[in-house]
Amino acid sequence: MPLREAGAVTGVGETQYLRGTDRTALSFQLEASLAAIRDAGLKPTDIDGLIPYGHGAVAEDFITNFGIEDLRFSATTPMGGASAVAAIQCALAVIQAGICKHVLLSLGRIGYSGGRIGTRVQQMPQFKVIGEFEMPLGAIAPAQLYAPMVRRHMELYGTTSRQLAEIAVTTRYHASLQTNATMRTPITIEDHQSSRMISDPLRLLDCSLESDGGAAVVISAPDRARDMAKRPVMVMGVAEGHPDSPSAITQRPDLTTLGLAKAAPKAFAMAGVDRADIDVAEVYDCFTYIVMCQLEDLGFCKKGEGGPFVQDGALGLHGRLPVNTHGGLLSQAHMAGMNHIVELVRQLRGEAAAQVSNAEVGLVTGYGDMGDGAIAIMRRA
Amino acid sequence: MAAVYDKLVPSPTPETQPYWDGLNQGRLRLQRCADCGKIRHYPRPVCDACWSMNTDWVDAAGTGTVHSWTIAHYAFHPGLKGDLPYILLTVDLPEGVRMNAQARGVEASALRVGLPVVVRFERVKNDLTLPVFEADFCRVS
Repeated sequence: MPLREAGAVTGVGETQYLRGTDRTALSFQLEASLAAIRDAGLKPTDIDGLIPYGHGAVAEDFITNFGIEDLRFSATTPMGGASAVAAIQCALAVIQAGICKHVLLSLGRIGYSGGRIGTRVQQMPQFKVIGEFEMPLGAIAPAQLYAPMVRRHMELYGTTSRQLAEIAVTTRYHASLQTNATMRTPITIEDHQSSRMISDPLRLLDCSLESDGGAAVVISAPDRARDMAKRPVMVMGVAEGHPDSPSAITQRPDLTTLGLAKAAPKAFAMAGVDRADIDVAEVYDCFTYIVMCQLEDLGFCKKGEGGPFVQDGALGLHGRLPVNTHGGLLSQAHMAGMNHIVELVRQLRGEAAAQVSNAEVGLVTGYGDMGDGAIAIMRRA
Repeated sequence: MAAVYDKLVPSPTPETQPYWDGLNQGRLRLQRCADCGKIRHYPRPVCDACWSMNTDWVDAAGTGTVHSWTIAHYAFHPGLKGDLPYILLTVDLPEGVRMNAQARGVEASALRVGLPVVVRFERVKNDLTLPVFEADFCRVS
């Protein structure tokens, strides 16, 4: 049975996002979870399913802190930055199977105050292949591993750094409209062009933030969702997709195509909507280029046309496709995309800080582990 | 050769050790399916074409062409600070796989898709040799 409308997002929660803290990742994760549960009008003991982000709190932490007596399901969806959105598919499946009524997705991290990305990736099991064959050669951090994808796109299609800058500038402007964003000073294309080179062609302002904080989402069975505190947001379509050569970008037949290209057609078919129906899109943005590449893989434009597509403010609140209206990982905070789900729900409820007028249908994507992808399409109910 | 090598080093497994042994002997060796003959990289236990677990190794020609690249301007490991900036090439090998290695003696302005390169071997410590690529002037048009 397809998962169309098998669940609804009923609660969202975030902590204050920070760059610097003495707190633990666990305390952020639990605080955000409590906020999401409160937003749904539930008690912590109503949660009967858990899908925490892969590197953090485990089911035992939630049972112990929340006093849950009869947890019926726990799992992780280990897809790096695609984990949060992939967890939506997992939640819908266990709800439809009758196992759970209220599933909590959550993440807490001290990405700024704890170990930084160049150190963290060396310890992740999904990076063991490149840990042996690429890191000793000096290709260590995501910026260095992804930059050849960007260069290839530029060489094949004429994509420019100034086009990538458009994404950074628009995203920062959206962050400037938030109360809970860590980078709120608007930037210009020239600021982007003069920011220091990290791994050519990726400049500092092409890269996402390292952040401290937490975010969480509650997904409920549709029959329960109708009676909750807030207007529910129905999940219309959902899918995950894994790229060719998932553990080594170097060996991928087409460097410019991500796992999302496999997932997107399934999710749109399940949802029964087309690209033109999407009023707002929260697109995983670990790097500017990854946004552009996903817009192609989502089908908003053809492969290679992402550069022209994002130009001239097209991704702004009043543009042809408002993208990352919360400021994203580039300017709000790096919450591994859980904050993108939170923002999509707020947009579809009509309660976003930078609200797209009359947003009825939207999508959220995740991207991680060098190419894994996930997508959820939602509508206001 | 530096007195103390302070960069990341590989931790070979029994399945990958022949690759590293080959580099130490000045040979670029690639894993091949002993049943269907498909060459694969990086080394792994199973052939994705025929699912055989029988493997052997072949010497690569040592030539290739640039598929893409990046130039590192920031050191994500302290041992690399002194090497900045360095060019990392993604190279198409004629055997049908790719590999990643630093460039030597190649100007950034000369980089282009399709640039012919040839592998060289750099012994960085007693038991570790890394591949690098130089422009293949025999084939540069």
